[in-house]
Amino acid sequence: MGRNLFDTVWDLHKVRTLESGQDQLFIGLHMIHEVTSPQAFQMIEERGLKVLHPERTFATVDHIVPTANQERPFQDKLAEEMMQAIENNTKKHGIEFFGLNTDRQGIVHIIGPELGLTQPGLTIACGDSHTSTHGAFGAIGFGIGTSQIRDVLATQCLAISRPRVRKINVTGSLKKGVYAKDIILKIIAELGVNGGIGYAYEYAGETIRGLSMEERMTICNMSIEGGARVGYVSPDETTIEYVKGRTYAPAGDEFERAADFWRSIASGPDAEYDDVFELDADKLEPMVTWGITPGQAVGVNGRLPRVSELPDEHKEIADKAYAHMGFTEGQAIQGQAIDIAFLGSCTNGRISDLREAAEFLKGKKVSSSVKAFVVPGSKQVARQAEAEGLPKIFTEAGFGWRGAGCSMCLAMNPDKLEGRQICASSSNRNFVGRQGSPTGRTLLMSPVMVAAAAVAGQVVDVRHAI
Amino acid sequence: MPEIHIKVSSVEGKAVTIHGNDIDTDQIIPARFMKCVTFDGLGEYVFHDVRYDENGNLKGHPFDDERYADAGIMIVNSNFGCGSSREHAPQALARYGIRGIIGESYAEIFAGNCTSMGIPAVTLPASDIKQLVAAVEKDPGMTVRIDLANGAVIAGPNRYHFEIPAAFKKSLIDGSWDSTAVLLENLDAVERTAASLPYLNGFRRAG
Repeated sequence: MGRNLFDTVWDLHKVRTLESGQDQLFIGLHMIHEVTSPQAFQMIEERGLKVLHPERTFATVDHIVPTANQERPFQDKLAEEMMQAIENNTKKHGIEFFGLNTDRQGIVHIIGPELGLTQPGLTIACGDSHTSTHGAFGAIGFGIGTSQIRDVLATQCLAISRPRVRKINVTGSLKKGVYAKDIILKIIAELGVNGGIGYAYEYAGETIRGLSMEERMTICNMSIEGGARVGYVSPDETTIEYVKGRTYAPAGDEFERAADFWRSIASGPDAEYDDVFELDADKLEPMVTWGITPGQAVGVNGRLPRVSELPDEHKEIADKAYAHMGFTEGQAIQGQAIDIAFLGSCTNGRISDLREAAEFLKGKKVSSSVKAFVVPGSKQVARQAEAEGLPKIFTEAGFGWRGAGCSMCLAMNPDKLEGRQICASSSNRNFVGRQGSPTGRTLLMSPVMVAAAAVAGQVVDVRHAI
Repeated sequence: MPEIHIKVSSVEGKAVTIHGNDIDTDQIIPARFMKCVTFDGLGEYVFHDVRYDENGNLKGHPFDDERYADAGIMIVNSNFGCGSSREHAPQALARYGIRGIIGESYAEIFAGNCTSMGIPAVTLPASDIKQLVAAVEKDPGMTVRIDLANGAVIAGPNRYHFEIPAAFKKSLIDGSWDSTAVLLENLDAVERTAASLPYLNGFRRAG
């Protein structure tokens, strides 16, 4: 039987088996940001260690960056202190830093791919759970904690247990108005928010093959919301074409050799897996979350579940969700009023997301009851959008146009929900308080569904609006 | 270089019970409290938004219940610590005083973070958790012990057999949970692996 990509790439990077039984895994690309790295630098300095391979770590700022006014010093002193810490740490240790004064800054999971740092066959670690995004290229990308950042800085390695591999085979064609976001929300709803614990997810099948790189990134990005630390897609010609010509990608003859290598590591048709899950994309409809975990999602024409009809293990979290959201069992999600529309994040802040939303918004106006804004995932995304005239479409429709950053996905910056506001959000988490107000409420959906909700002032089925 | 090889073979103390599945790391430490360059002050913000209402009044969380004051062991349900990879979550718990966790299951990154801080996070079946929670809530003063070497949680007259990934158990017991020292042992092998990687060698075939 053939090997899957995960096993091939893992074995290439395995240094040895440790006494504990974990593997010592070499990390090909390490990305850091301002929130989870300062303590790691402090830890290596306390031990008198240096950064072993500074040329394999790249840094940017995204979480704390204000999106409305990015002038330094930041008004928020704590944010300014964190900014200075990453500037000082990267300078001191010789690490390349894509700061606000460069045209390469942006959300860490958006700039890695767009700069060509993210390539097939790499192991990629970052102190952020959405590092699974990079798996879209056929890399093994996973989130790590700060003590592990310390390990990668000091040794370029991690001590880590090898997960099992589950193939998620998606067949059928996406209907108009149904997007990659709906595929991953459906997978999480089916397999559960803890279904992926101990697994790497390989997304495969004709539907996945037909997706662009940006759509594949959206799917891999949310693997962790299903409990899987790693999610990936085997590289193919779509992957190779995307990487070609990017700043840090191999060039010339080296690119041709690289492409041969990338093709060689793809999972073969007879590759073995520990588990296989099948999903039929023909039947998919736009998905919307109604609760407080990304697994609490229904089709836009569906009704919210009755707690008594749920499996026992889902009852308690459903009760909590109803208490927080103020929704009624059995109600429709369509027609639910919203206050805020947020378009952006490492899940859906790429140029294709902005294009799709802008296309929808042409000639339309945001409802007077809604505050809407769009946050490009990176400066490059912003620049490309500007070249295509997208900001004008957004602002004419009534969307605010902001600078690049994580923004209201996690509210470590001035973009926050207030009180019990309900937000239609293209981000990845609807946890209680996630968007900055302890009583705020989040409905996750695709970017075009967010745009449609902004215009209607309520959740609508975008298929009827396009 | 200071070597840290603290062996964690057993932790014990009073226990506190936290009810609910899928408690995410945003609940454990809301993002706004991560605006810091050290972990030092995190203890006072642990579970902040489930402990305090909008006016800063206590809502009656177990962490504020006098009966559980000074608890060192925390008992939880399933998929505890899901969501964000932030080590700020276990760091905040540790600074509050938690030294060991007993639960039905954990999110993977959270469990790894606990281990790399020397905090055992062990699992028991749901039925055992239920019994243990009832016992602790009936007698909050009781000592609960996680005996790593013997694979047992001991609470009063009751003894439960726990599960923990073998690698986590071994690294806690032999003090190698602080992985930097272990990973540094063999830098020659690291460089050999690097030398064999196509992308670090112009994608030329090895040999």
